[in-house]
Amino acid sequence: MKDELSIRGAVHTDRIHDSAIKHVTGSADYTDDIPQPQGTLHAYLGVSKVAHATLNAIDLSAVRTAPGVVGVLTAADVPGCNDISPTGQNDEPVFPTDKIEFHGQPLFAVIADTRDAARRAAELAQVDCTVLPHALDVGAAQEAGYPHVTAPLKLERGTVEDGFAAAANRLQGRITIGGQDHMYLEGQIAFAIPGEDDDVVVHCSTQHPSEAQHMVAHVLGVPSNAVTVNVRRMGGGFGGKESQMNLFCVVAAMAAKKWNRAVKIRPDRDQDMTATGKRHDFVVDYDVGFDNDGRIQAVESSFAARCGYSSDLSGPVTDRALFHADNAYFYPHVRLTSRPMKTNTVSNTAFRGFGGPQGVVAAERMIEEIAYATGRDPLDVRKVNFYGDAGRDLTPYHQQVQDNIIGRLVDELEEAAAYRQRRAEIVEFNAGSKILKKGIALTPVKFGISFTATHYNQAGALVHVYSDGSIALNHGGTEMGQGLNTKVAQVVADAFQVDFDRIKITRTTTEKVPNTSATAASSGSDLNGMAALNAVEQIKGRLVAFAADKWGVAPEDVRFLPNLVQIGTDTLSFDSFIKQAYMARVQLSAAGFYKTPDIHWDRASGKGRPFYYYAYGASCSEVMIDTLTGEYRVTRTDILHDVGRSLNPVLDKGQVEGAFIQGMGWLTTEELWWDDKGALRTHAPSTYKIPLASDRPRIFNVNLADWSENRELTIKRSKAVGEPPFMLGISVFEALSMAVASVADYTVCPRLDAPATPERVLMAVARLRAGA
Amino acid sequence: MTQRHDIRFLLNGREVTVPDVGASQTLLDFLRLDRRMTGTKEGCAEGDCGACTVLVGRLGPEGLSYAPVNACIRFLASVDGCHVVTIEHLSGPDGRLHPVQQAMVDHHGSQCGFCTPGFVMSLYALWMAVPEPTETQVETALQGNLCRCTGYAPIIRAAVAVSRYGSPAADHLNTERARVTAQLTALRDGVRVVTGPADDLAILPADVDDLASALLEYPDATLIAGATDVGLWVTKFLRPIGPAIFLGHLDALKAVQVDGDALHIGAGASYSECQDAIADHFPHLAPYWDRIAGWQVRNMGTVGGNIANGSPIGDTPPVLIALGAEITLRRGDVRRVLPLETFFIDYGKQDRAAGEFVESIRVPLPAEGQIDAAYKISKRRDEDISSVAAGISVTRDGDTIADVRIAFGGMAATPKRAAQAEAALRGAVWSEGAFEQAAQALAQDFAPLSDWRASADYRMLAAQNLLRRFFLEQDDATTAPVQLATA
Ligand SMILES: Cc1cc2nc3c(=O)[nH]c(=O)nc-3n(CC(O)C(O)[C@H](O)COP(=O)(O)OP(=O)(O)OC[C@H]3O[C@@H](n4cnc5c(N)ncnc54)[C@H](O)[C@@H]3O)c2cc1C
Ligand code: FES
Ligand code: FES
Repeated sequence: MKDELSIRGAVHTDRIHDSAIKHVTGSADYTDDIPQPQGTLHAYLGVSKVAHATLNAIDLSAVRTAPGVVGVLTAADVPGCNDISPTGQNDEPVFPTDKIEFHGQPLFAVIADTRDAARRAAELAQVDCTVLPHALDVGAAQEAGYPHVTAPLKLERGTVEDGFAAAANRLQGRITIGGQDHMYLEGQIAFAIPGEDDDVVVHCSTQHPSEAQHMVAHVLGVPSNAVTVNVRRMGGGFGGKESQMNLFCVVAAMAAKKWNRAVKIRPDRDQDMTATGKRHDFVVDYDVGFDNDGRIQAVESSFAARCGYSSDLSGPVTDRALFHADNAYFYPHVRLTSRPMKTNTVSNTAFRGFGGPQGVVAAERMIEEIAYATGRDPLDVRKVNFYGDAGRDLTPYHQQVQDNIIGRLVDELEEAAAYRQRRAEIVEFNAGSKILKKGIALTPVKFGISFTATHYNQAGALVHVYSDGSIALNHGGTEMGQGLNTKVAQVVADAFQVDFDRIKITRTTTEKVPNTSATAASSGSDLNGMAALNAVEQIKGRLVAFAADKWGVAPEDVRFLPNLVQIGTDTLSFDSFIKQAYMARVQLSAAGFYKTPDIHWDRASGKGRPFYYYAYGASCSEVMIDTLTGEYRVTRTDILHDVGRSLNPVLDKGQVEGAFIQGMGWLTTEELWWDDKGALRTHAPSTYKIPLASDRPRIFNVNLADWSENRELTIKRSKAVGEPPFMLGISVFEALSMAVASVADYTVCPRLDAPATPERVLMAVARLRAGA
Repeated sequence: MTQRHDIRFLLNGREVTVPDVGASQTLLDFLRLDRRMTGTKEGCAEGDCGACTVLVGRLGPEGLSYAPVNACIRFLASVDGCHVVTIEHLSGPDGRLHPVQQAMVDHHGSQCGFCTPGFVMSLYALWMAVPEPTETQVETALQGNLCRCTGYAPIIRAAVAVSRYGSPAADHLNTERARVTAQLTALRDGVRVVTGPADDLAILPADVDDLASALLEYPDATLIAGATDVGLWVTKFLRPIGPAIFLGHLDALKAVQVDGDALHIGAGASYSECQDAIADHFPHLAPYWDRIAGWQVRNMGTVGGNIANGSPIGDTPPVLIALGAEITLRRGDVRRVLPLETFFIDYGKQDRAAGEFVESIRVPLPAEGQIDAAYKISKRRDEDISSVAAGISVTRDGDTIADVRIAFGGMAATPKRAAQAEAALRGAVWSEGAFEQAAQALAQDFAPLSDWRASADYRMLAAQNLLRRFFLEQDDATTAPVQLATA
């Protein structure tokens, strides 16, 4: 039964994902499911088998004559500009001309009748190259004198030297934080269909259709208006389809134009994982001064990142690591520097959190160090260091933290999870258990919301109301599972006061909304929800003016009620009202626009307000380790997370749960391993282990801080949710650390590197037992 | 002898006949490319993600039974005579969602949705087998399904709730069981099937004797049991496999029975098909078995294949060697029996002649006083290849260790016994000290490799610690648990 008093799918209510029924029936179409026109060809990449070399020549004769092959594409076939650097640095060729810079680098593409034929033919190339020494990680790169791929950033406030001089204690350390593969279940894919003139339509799975459009235009040497990029949905993105899809789009588009046939390209999982970028791994060197209560006086840290062979998004990623190197803590004196190192590996890219998580891990490691050094509970060390009132509210980038709720959030979680009591019980358990040891940790998150490249903080939407009262919604954001379309449709339904079902959600296309930003930085609903609302407000404005005029009432007397419109004392159904508006020639379509207010950032001085607001969260995890093998289980996790006034609590909770598990995977079993030839050997789910159902905490209590409301005027006072909860996984990492520390009576910080695989756990146990 | 040259099976509600099926053609490509049934997804093409999960119903001696499998590495030829059920078959003719689907929708079990059809199929199979599963049973059923979005919690909530939405008894796979059984029976013509192009020939022998003769005719043929290794040769390494002889359909090779003082496992029995017998007779292997691959792979992969592939990291050889297993090899009508450990000669080299196949495995039942343990260590607990696997079998005579067999996987180029460690224990008094000596002796037995799964140092230390664990676990003085709980 329909509740006449409210609409279905209003904001702030639970609503299933708009594609849920299609998901479970297998009828949701992904790019590979789109029916192919007759004569569709398939492309596949041929890749390098060495990590670093001078490229002399590629003999493709055997490739060309292989069964089913139609032709090949190399750097020489690029009609426009041979570059797909997303930040315009001109350092990322589609195909290289004179040098090979990583193992697995795409060198050419082969086009054939079937994907199988293309895949087989791609193996037949003879590459003539002169192998050069390679540097795979930041250590080797620094030793070999490799350059930065992009300008480093320095953030500084106060005078660290004074801070250190005044501090009673000081310690230095280093943590190595591994990278992470996105392991979206649907791999990279692009499907190009040529049109007349210069036109080409590319269906693909990108988080950034506008960029893909511009890249295709750039590489084809045609204006952007010739290129249309469409995305109905992605089978997961997580940042891995922000810039990484560009290569596949341009290859498919080049081939489609060259042979005038539809062309699809879909790498297999191994190629997907070796030829596309991942989360940056970091080596962080920290130096921290603190008093006897564990209160931090000064921090100096350097963040060296494995960026890979080109810049890609490494500039903003390493910047964001510094922006989060404080996490929720006030550093009276601070100097942070980034070192975006070039390496002979695939160019690393965006991944949920975008460098932020690495910054937070480093901050939490310092807290842990201080706790072990002072013999205090790490939670107490956290609390004395939280941002506070005036004088303790400035970040290293000089933004004032105005919306701080971390204290309340952590207190509530501490209580709900019975942290103190359980910690005491665990210490007691460990004293009596020879082999199995437990650990517990409660870690906070503060995450800045906005693109740090200020111009990305804009969005567009297009809303049509048809004369029958049905509504079509389009916006610049892309759907990758996060429920963005559902949330934006809820905003539109709410604004018109019509049932959710009346709104048709359509694919994202550059034809409808131009110049969009990536669906990234958790900004999807903040930006697109506002843009859609703006479009609705325009239409409603015209409708109100029409009604006021026709019925002769004041505009305030025109009200949108659930599926009805009340005009003075008259009440009409929405449909009949719209019909009348149409007959009266009211424009029922609008393009909406939004740009985030009040943000600015000056990179040169390291000062500004890069973030519109912060999202907060905290998690408490308990683990048990086996000190004979290093194996472990997460036995319980409690989470309290802040999403402001949630647009859709059940979807937000889903994001929190999923992000936590993904963050936990990053810090536990997800290990990237290169051999000495520079080949990544963990390049498929058989070798790269993301969490399974049985890895999730046995007891998993996830709650949203329902009292929180964004103090900024965001869409319905909600907060972004995509990235912040990823860092909740850090509680597992630190709980493991505590369990390890128990073997040395909690006197030594175990200094676990990430990911804390069973091997790292066992080796740390052995190290601590040996007293090293 | 009559032969057939096409593959016949039921696909959802219809019988299909596919001529000229090459050995390397996969079920997934057939569904997605030939039939354009795109509900079944490809996430990895290596059996590890479960996005391609379908059910295969097979008529065995005990009737029709359905099991989830990975369509990506399942060869099309191997579904001859089977009922293939895909996601498209779930919702009823009236378009109503299936109970599993409705539960997933109501519990928000999908985000991006790409993994979802695979999860729905696994949960469908689980619900039919165990209508009201525990969380642990759900986890075990989902070991072969990856989801990168949800963190699994909502999927598990859905799985536990499915029975509130409907009973398996009313499900069409149950109500139509008699009809499907009749249809599949009619498809069984008992002839040899030879199909596919000359360079990719697929041969399905009529029976075991026909298998023996086919192997004499094609001594270099690739034998395919569950294809959980061979499937990857095709999908990942593009290796030609023709001519290929399939054996997974032969009932006689699937027999698992106790005969005298030993359990006999037919080489064609899947991990799942021998699971109950293993648990009954070798209880220490029950939890170990659950950690071999995921459910879909356990429904296809065989112990025979796990041995025959000669891998140094297969999970069954070390534990079977410790138990003193023997294998029977057959060539034509000639059979020979050898201790399992001697089958493994060196890396990539086994004691198997051309034209020979593994027919069965004989595992002696434990003797009085025999204490057995099986340990697997892997980076991720479930569905992961071992970094170290161990089988330990100790026979105590009062306080003395009368006999001992210890075998490790992941420590050498083959699954191998730890001769020095055994020597340190044999005849020794049951004590921590004796096991400490054995642990030290392991350093002479093995010089493990470093790779992406584990470093040499870790492998050695963990292997040594497994001997220590064994002692603690079995020693009367130990009171606290020394191993993480399985559930
Ligand atoms: C996702 C996934 C996870 C896995 N996890 C594990 C794991 O945890 N532990 C583990 O040990 N393995 C694991 N494996 C590997 C695995 O399942 C096997 O090695 C399996 O036991 C092989 O059996 P099969 O019947 O599938 O063999 P097939 O792939 O059919 O054949 C394997 C080899 O054995 C030969 N062969 C098969 N049967 C015979 C016979 N009767 N006589 C002679 N030769 C024969 C074949 O010619 C081939 O060389 C995993 C595989 C996958 C895909
Ligand atoms: S596609 Fe991943 S298991 Fe089949
Ligand atoms: S819902 Fe995206 S992978 Fe499971």
